[in-house]
Amino acid sequence: MIFLFYLLSTIMIVCALLVVFSKNPINNVIYLILCFIAMAGHYILLNAQFLAVVHIIVYTGAIMVLFLFVIMLLNLNKAIIIRKSTVTRVSAVITGGIFFLVLLAATRQTFEIHAKYPFNSEIGLVSGIGKTLFGEFLLPFEISSILFISAMVGAMMFGKKDA
Amino acid sequence: MKELSSAIQLIPLENYIFLSVALFSIGMMGVLFRRNTIAILMCLELMFNSVNLLLTAFSAYHSDPSGQVFVFFIMIVAAAEVAVGLSIVVMMKRNVDSIDINLLNRLKW
Repeated sequence: MIFLFYLLSTIMIVCALLVVFSKNPINNVIYLILCFIAMAGHYILLNAQFLAVVHIIVYTGAIMVLFLFVIMLLNLNKAIIIRKSTVTRVSAVITGGIFFLVLLAATRQTFEIHAKYPFNSEIGLVSGIGKTLFGEFLLPFEISSILFISAMVGAMMFGKKDA
Repeated sequence: MKELSSAIQLIPLENYIFLSVALFSIGMMGVLFRRNTIAILMCLELMFNSVNLLLTAFSAYHSDPSGQVFVFFIMIVAAAEVAVGLSIVVMMKRNVDSIDINLLNRLKW
């Protein structure tokens, strides 16, 4: 099992680095999809089957297709050569590395987890999530529909010809 | 299924914390590194997902489904954000004929 964890983590890290460093936008999207599929594997390892399925459907199925569609629509599929200056790029890498080290140092001495509830492998299934979603979190769930409506109206407003 | 459900007791929680920290740092580095607006949006997705993974890991180790419901809400917000962000990119391409983020620097002043 720990082997599976390391395999998925390696795929994720390598694909994430390729998202940052590869130049072609189409390749970026493909690597990000690979990274997200590996993340769905992580969700299954964590007994969150519902989240794994939703992640595949929402991210790989909808969001990444939207990215691909916009890239196709704007005709960006040739490698674009807009790049930052070398100083900016090197300092970006250094900043990211230092940020990683600081977060690592802050979380290195982790604490013991005292589980609030006894171990239950069923909580990530549809029934467990659904009971929580439509019981405790019913109002935020309904409000998120308003968020979607406003996002849709906003996207249409931006997409208008004379906006 | 049985050995899958006991898997999380074999993997220490620190592993997930380190993985999420690494992914978040890579995403932040990408936001600073790229000038292509679509690539910057993709790096934002990477950061969103590292947070999602960490929330799911904590939720699974605590056996508390609220964390996974919260991940679901984050996915909703991410979907709305991508819809608006990509339409901004389309508008930017139409108005200035480029998706270089440095052309939008007038908001700085």
